[in-house]
Amino acid sequence: MSGSDERAVSLGDRSVRAKAVIVFLAIMLAGVMLFSLTSGASNASAFSVLRELWAGAGDDALSARDRIIVYDIRLPRVILGALIGAALAVSGAVMQGLFRNPLADPGLVGVSAGAGLGAIVVIVLGGTMLQPLTALLGIYLLPLAAFGGGLATTLLLYRVATRRGQTSIATMLLAGIALGAIAGAFSGLLTYIADDRQLRDLTFWGLGSLAGATWMKIASAGPIIALALVAAPFLARSLNALALGEATAGHLGIPVQRMKNVAIVTVAAAVGASVAVSGGIGFVGIVVPHVLRLSIGPDNRYLLPASALLGASLLILADAVSRTIVAPAELPIGIITAAVGGPFFLWILLRKRGIVDL
Amino acid sequence: MIEAQDISISIGGTRIVSNVDFSVRAGEFVAIVGPNGSGKTTFLRALCGDLPFSGAMRLDGDDMLAMKPWEAASVRGVLPQSTTLTFPFTVREVVKLGLLAGRSGASRTDEKRLPELALARVDLAGFAGRFYQELSGGEQQRVQLARVLCQVWAPVLDGKPRYLFLDEPVSSLDIKHQLIIMDIARDFARSGGGVVAVLHDLNLTSMYADRIFVMHKGRLAASGTPSEVLTDVLIEQVFDCRLRVGVPPHGNMPFVLPQTAY
Repeated sequence: MSGSDERAVSLGDRSVRAKAVIVFLAIMLAGVMLFSLTSGASNASAFSVLRELWAGAGDDALSARDRIIVYDIRLPRVILGALIGAALAVSGAVMQGLFRNPLADPGLVGVSAGAGLGAIVVIVLGGTMLQPLTALLGIYLLPLAAFGGGLATTLLLYRVATRRGQTSIATMLLAGIALGAIAGAFSGLLTYIADDRQLRDLTFWGLGSLAGATWMKIASAGPIIALALVAAPFLARSLNALALGEATAGHLGIPVQRMKNVAIVTVAAAVGASVAVSGGIGFVGIVVPHVLRLSIGPDNRYLLPASALLGASLLILADAVSRTIVAPAELPIGIITAAVGGPFFLWILLRKRGIVDL
Repeated sequence: MIEAQDISISIGGTRIVSNVDFSVRAGEFVAIVGPNGSGKTTFLRALCGDLPFSGAMRLDGDDMLAMKPWEAASVRGVLPQSTTLTFPFTVREVVKLGLLAGRSGASRTDEKRLPELALARVDLAGFAGRFYQELSGGEQQRVQLARVLCQVWAPVLDGKPRYLFLDEPVSSLDIKHQLIIMDIARDFARSGGGVVAVLHDLNLTSMYADRIFVMHKGRLAASGTPSEVLTDVLIEQVFDCRLRVGVPPHGNMPFVLPQTAY
């Protein structure tokens, strides 16, 4: 009798399952990181890499060459992949909550394009017109510029799509396309005036890649991303309330305007910094939260950390594929996430048409 | 006591509500009625703090505009006309959002089961595991009321009355559930809370309301007890419809009044 009572109480409560999924995802991330550290052209074994990481440089578990490969090439790549995957997935989840729309994604609504423009400006003009800024900000100029571009686009998008406290979904998507086009036009113009060396940088950067991952890049973009990832969980309760609409969220005691500002800055920071170091990596922001909502529900207290973990795992895996599938050459990671994400997105649309049209 | 004086509201340059005086006391069920477009919902939205207005609005003497969102949330719950969700929340998850406001006022043991208790109140026991989007409009409306009840479960907290603002709470409900929901609102008032409801059904209004505020073209046309307000003259004036109050129809045409519920 009491057993059935307990079941009645837990009906519709997915928090236990959500916690289990988060634990599983955390373990998976650890596994994926180890896999990625040990896979590639050099075949350092999982065991010896673990022993090396545990014992430090004093141990002889790895050869000097393997040690360089693990420490200076693979480890920064894995860490950057984890940071960016988490940032993109969490940004997607936050934007979807903010716009109350499962289709919102930094890549779709022009935020990535805006961040990209910020980055391209620095790549092309950093040595000439923006020389004083380059001298002042050094390695932080690129992520900051991308952050600024992303922030400006997100703010504009929100301004255009929101009227009398109501965010119009159709307006948002259309405005996103328009803003993306504008950013694209300026990016094109800059590409047109770029010299050969800058062009090569731009092309590879635009396709999205973790290939250039260095400790330096982690030092420049890492803090911004980390800050955004730390801020995101504090938005969870407010985003849950926002699912009921802005007015109702306010009635529940949420300071809606302040919360929206924090969310916008968080998304812009995470996306901007990610775009700055890795270019346009598409579809992580829309695929990851969607998969998770199907399994643990839309409660952001669980959705945000789970998105971070799954996004990190996915990007590290995609990166591992990108550098082994055509080894010793590398495929830009954006090609892989788009090749997997595109069809998946279509599948979601086909499956969810009923609910989307409800 | 909530007291509003000389409230005027404009949206986009158009004056929607003009010079309305309004009050609701603890223990009182107040209904706002009026034809479509008379400014009822607009006035309620200003009362909730969603719209800017001119005039004074006070809760127990304190300016309501100065209240922080969380302070307001601890003294009143608001039920909108309808709520659509874009994410697949379960019914329980929606109802539990009412606890976000933080002060249900329920006992510690009740608080854990509050979503279930609230769902049982609105006659939706056993619906906790269903998806909100799969429910009918009337069921969704009751889920939202259960959520609001979680927010202000105790009609009185720290010795102070709390309020329910309901915007057409029974408009999409069948007669049985209309009565259930109106009973919940009346019980809330009887237990020391205050209730403000925008209503369309004049019979239910007459049956449950202690006082009625009648709005017409953005102005207050009348206020008072049901027998003071609901007259042939006023209904013709305000609703532009010639009706007789308290007169059964000619012949044998059946009619059903909620007042006859037993």
